[in-house]
Amino acid sequence: MDNQKVRTKKLLVSLVGVGVLMLAVFIFDSLGMMDNYIRGIFIQSCFAIIMVTSLNLVMGYLGQIALGHAGFMAVGAYTSALVTKAIGLAIKAETMAPISPMLQFFIGILCGALAAALFGLIVGIPALRLRGDYLAIITLGFGEIIRVVIQNLPFAGGKGLASGQAGQALIGIMRMNDIYVIMLVTMVCVGIMIAFVRSKFGRAIMAIRDDDIASSSTGLNTTYYKVLTFVFSAFFAGVAGAIYAHRGLGTLQHSDFTFLKSTEYVIMVVLGGMGSMTGAVVAAITLSVLPEALRAFSEYRMLVYSVMLILVMMFRPTGLFGSYEFSLYQLLTKRRKKAVEPEQTAAKGDN
Amino acid sequence: MDGLTLFIQQIINGLRVGSVYALIALGYTMVYGIIRLINFAHGDFIMVGAYALFFTVPVMIAAGMPPWLSVFAAILVCATTGVLVEKLAYSPVRAKGNKMTALITAIAMALFLENLAQTLFGANPKQVKTIFDLPQVFGVSGNTVLTIILGVVVMIALSLYVKYTKTGQAMRAVSEDKDASLLMGINVNRTITITFAIGSGLAAIASLMYVAQYNQVTNMMGSMLGLKAFVAAVLGGIGIIPGAMLGGLVIGIVESLSKAYIAPLTGGLITSAFSDAIVFSILIVVLLVKPAGILGKNTGEKV
Repeated sequence: MDNQKVRTKKLLVSLVGVGVLMLAVFIFDSLGMMDNYIRGIFIQSCFAIIMVTSLNLVMGYLGQIALGHAGFMAVGAYTSALVTKAIGLAIKAETMAPISPMLQFFIGILCGALAAALFGLIVGIPALRLRGDYLAIITLGFGEIIRVVIQNLPFAGGKGLASGQAGQALIGIMRMNDIYVIMLVTMVCVGIMIAFVRSKFGRAIMAIRDDDIASSSTGLNTTYYKVLTFVFSAFFAGVAGAIYAHRGLGTLQHSDFTFLKSTEYVIMVVLGGMGSMTGAVVAAITLSVLPEALRAFSEYRMLVYSVMLILVMMFRPTGLFGSYEFSLYQLLTKRRKKAVEPEQTAAKGDN
Repeated sequence: MDGLTLFIQQIINGLRVGSVYALIALGYTMVYGIIRLINFAHGDFIMVGAYALFFTVPVMIAAGMPPWLSVFAAILVCATTGVLVEKLAYSPVRAKGNKMTALITAIAMALFLENLAQTLFGANPKQVKTIFDLPQVFGVSGNTVLTIILGVVVMIALSLYVKYTKTGQAMRAVSEDKDASLLMGINVNRTITITFAIGSGLAAIASLMYVAQYNQVTNMMGSMLGLKAFVAAVLGGIGIIPGAMLGGLVIGIVESLSKAYIAPLTGGLITSAFSDAIVFSILIVVLLVKPAGILGKNTGEKV
C-alpha cells in the first residue's frame, strides 16, 4: 500500500470518527439528556481541550515550561469579547449591516486568536532566549503583567469600550453556547495542532527539545522554530479564551486568569502526558468533568491534584500517557489484520 | 509633609519590605545554588511559619514569655517542613526525572501546601496578636528598624557560616560540583538536607517579620511574596548570598517608590496598581540584559 493511499485512508477514518462523535452528541442532545448544566461542562471541556493541547505544544513538544498561558487566554478572551461587543453596538447603531451572531462569534474568535498570537510573538522573542527555569519564570511574569494591565484598562471593564471602567468585570458579553459550533471549532483546532506536530515543523521542534545544540548545528534555526511554536500555541490559547468569553455567563473577570489558572492547565498537560495529544485531550476532559462529578469534594480538588501531580512526577515522569497516541485507523487495521493474517502483523511488530 | 520627608519615608518603607524579600530570597538562593531548582514552595514556607506563629504566640503570652520567642517554634516547624518536602518529594523526583519534572514537583508542592492550609485552617485571614511592642525610633516605627537590622544580621551570619564552617564549605563545594564533592567525601545528601533546613528556617524569620508588620495570616500569603522574593534572588544573582540581600532591598525600594511616584510621573497613565507588573518587568529586563544578575558572573555554555 503506498503512502498516499494510507494517508487518504487515515484522513477518511478520522473524519468518520469525528462524524460519529458529533452524531453521538446529537443523539444525546435530541434525547433530551443535555440540560444547560451538561452543556456548560461540555463547553468547559472544549476550551480546556484547546488550552491543554496548545500548552502541550510548548511543554510536550518544545520541552519548555510556560507558566503564563492564562495570560494569552485572557488576551484572546478580552479581545474577542470587545470585538463582538463593538460589532453588536455598530449593528445597533445601524452603522454596519447586520450579520448573524455566528459570524460575529467567528470574527471574535479570529481577532482574539490573532491578538493572542501577537502577544505570543512579543513575549516569545525575548523569553525564548532563555530556557528551563528562567523561561518558566519569565512567562509567569509576562502572564501576570498581561493580567495587571487588563485589570487597569478602562475599556476592558464594566460595560466595556467607551462606557467602560477599569478594575471591574466586563459585562454584557454576547452569548454563544451552541455546542455543535464549539465542538467543531475545538476539533478543527486540535486537528490543526496535530497536523502541525506531524509536519516538518513538528519534527523540527521535537529535535530541538531532544537536543538544542545538536539541532542548531544541523542547520535548524532554533529560535525561529521556538518562537513559531510559541506564537502558534498562543494563537490557540486565544481561541480557547474566545470560547471562554462567550460561554454563556456574559461576564469576564481579570481574576479568572491568574497564575493559578495557568498552573491548572500545566497540571492537565503533565498528567495527560507531555508530548501526547491523546493524553492532553483525555486529561482536559477528565479534569473538567471530574470536579463537577465530585462536587461534594470540590474543597479538596486542588489538594488532590497537587498530590496526584507529585505522585505522577515520582513514578511516571512522562505523564500518564507518556507519548502514546491513540489512532482510530491503527485500531481498525490492527483488528482486521489480526483476524485475517495474524502471523504477518506479528512479524511486522518485530521490525 | 514635604517632598523630601515623603521620599525618605518611601525609601524606609522600601527597605522594610525589601528586608522581608531579602530573607525569603536568601532561602531561594541557597536552595537554587545547591540543587539548581526553583523551590516554588519556598514562599509557602513563609505561610507555614506564619501559621506556626499564629498558634504559638498566644501560648507564649499565656506562659508569660515574650511573644517573639515563638519564632523558635516557627523555625522548627519550617525547617521540618522544608526537610520533609525535600526528602519526600524533591529527592525522589530528582533521582529519576529531569529539571522539568523537578520544577513541576516544586509547583505541585506549593499548591499542596496552600491547599492543605486552606483545608486545615480555612481560607479566611487570621489575626495574629501583636508580637513586638516597640517605641518609635527617629519617627520610624520600631518594627521597621528591627526588620531591617534583623535582615542585615541574618545575612552577615549566613555569609560567615557559608564561608567559614565545614558545612558551609561543603555547601559551596556541592553547588560547584556535586559528583566531585561526593568523591571528596562530602555527604551530599546531608548537605542538601541542611541547606533546606536553613533556607526554610530563614523563611520562619521572614514570617515573623511579616506577621509583626501586618498581623495577618492567610493560606495564599506566600504565593506573591515568594514570587517577588524570587525576582529579588534573580536580580541579585541567583546562588549568591549578598546578591539575594541586595536584590531584595532593590525590589522593595522599587516597589515602594513606584507605588508612590509612578502615577504622577506618568500623568496617571500607569497607576500604583501596576506595582506587581513593574516588579515583573524588572525581572524580564534583568533576564534579558544580564541573566546572571547584578552580582553574578556570566558563564558560557558547554557544548
